[in-house]
Amino acid sequence: MKKLINSTDTVVTDALAGMAAAHPSLAVDLDLKIITRADSPHTGKVGLVSGGGSGHEPLHGGYVGYGMLDAACAGEVFTSPVPDQMLAATKAVNGGAGVLHIVKNYTGDVLNFQMAAELADDDGIEVVSVVTNDDVAVQDSLYTAGRRGVGATVFVEKIAGARAEEGASLAEVADVAREVNDRSRSLGVALTSCTVPAAGKPTFELGESEIEMGIGIHGEPGRERVPMATARELAATVLDAIHEDMPLSDDLLVMVNGMGGTPLLELYIIFNEVQKILEGRGARVARNLVGNYITSLEMQGFSVTVCRLTDELTRLWDAPVETPGLRWGR
Amino acid sequence: MDAEVFRAWIVTAAGVIDEQRDHLTQLDAAIGDADHGINMARGFGAVLAALEPDPPATPGGVLVLTGSTLISKVGGASGPLYGTWFRRAGKALGDASEVDLPALAGALEAALAGVQKLGAAREGDKTMVDALAPATAAFSKAAAEGVPRADALSALVTAAQAGADATVSMQALKGRASYLGPRSVGHEDPGAASSVLILTALRDVLAAP
Repeated sequence: MKKLINSTDTVVTDALAGMAAAHPSLAVDLDLKIITRADSPHTGKVGLVSGGGSGHEPLHGGYVGYGMLDAACAGEVFTSPVPDQMLAATKAVNGGAGVLHIVKNYTGDVLNFQMAAELADDDGIEVVSVVTNDDVAVQDSLYTAGRRGVGATVFVEKIAGARAEEGASLAEVADVAREVNDRSRSLGVALTSCTVPAAGKPTFELGESEIEMGIGIHGEPGRERVPMATARELAATVLDAIHEDMPLSDDLLVMVNGMGGTPLLELYIIFNEVQKILEGRGARVARNLVGNYITSLEMQGFSVTVCRLTDELTRLWDAPVETPGLRWGR
Repeated sequence: MDAEVFRAWIVTAAGVIDEQRDHLTQLDAAIGDADHGINMARGFGAVLAALEPDPPATPGGVLVLTGSTLISKVGGASGPLYGTWFRRAGKALGDASEVDLPALAGALEAALAGVQKLGAAREGDKTMVDALAPATAAFSKAAAEGVPRADALSALVTAAQAGADATVSMQALKGRASYLGPRSVGHEDPGAASSVLILTALRDVLAAP
């Protein structure tokens, strides 16, 4: 394993210390591993808290700032943070209007946020949780853990953050967060595995001509192993799977996301194919993101996330944002 | 069985989990995200540090502190689930300073119920419940029949191991392995495997003369 680290035990805290040094607008508690806006709390504004395992950067800490999250809790690599962190973050950003928890649908994240919400309730803080579950690779069922939360989480954090910044109530912010999640779908593809620092070796092995289709963001294998194909074919496969689940038409917000180890050169090739396919089907890529936004350490691969926009969602997407990971209009 | 015995259980379990850290992580790499052994070892390390300075005076106290520490330190799904398992067991034992076999059986039943309520997993979903549920049932039955302690503990571990073995052929319906669908078949569930380790440690400590 070759990684730019000091020791496997200090990966998360060393990275958080670096974030604090690079971004004075953020306050970083290295003991609790929480990142907050340095000027928290904002009186009268709904606070937005998210969090999850580390290794997905810039998610979530890179999305703390004006127009997006108020706080992010960092777990160990690929491991949900604990309720103590979430409670501390919730208290730190509570400006009296309640706090929204944005939770990716993984058993660990859901359980720990659920415990944190109960503890916050004991302290008299109103908390509403919105769970993202946009991954079409996973069959949904009442009897399973359900779909994973992946790329839509970035959209939810941006758009709900914009709504909160306008002074909307907790119920209104939660509504728009759910709406974005409901209108979004994702699928991911891995060309390589990745190495969890504490594990020291890749989570799985892939042959030269094999890829994993339908991956999540934790270096786990996908739904199936398939032969390598061209960018055009992969883009078509991914969009077909998304379209089958949620017909794509009209104005779309499209993210072509790198899994951490993919050259931007290749992501633009994928985006070009995605754009052509969607326009060929009569849809319009009204807004886009191309780059590394929700990653899986150094994995090579990409995911596509599509959100069916409304005028209101477009307006909120365009609203000013100023975070390490997303920044425009301000 | 007093607080010292229960503390010895936790210390033994921590040792075994540390020894089996890489094995548990490898099981998780096959169908999950390759961190179960790492997280469990980190959690039990924190538990040892919490028990050391001021060991609780009752068996229930030892287990509640163990559970609370796991919830605070582990994260993931295993933190809340194992944390709840130990906490519920501890709360069921109350503040008794000595615990007999039926009381321990009742505690394990309460612990299992807590885990199933929190995680919503049923037997057959390919989770820790597939080891814990048959083990708890076998132990309760043995305790109710009044069999010798060593035999009841042996039944506990045998049923847990059989349950964990049975997860190999199951398709996961809960937890991260569920995302693999049919590809989750053919691998032992890491949570069931760690449950066997914890229950085996209980047997080894309690069965010792």
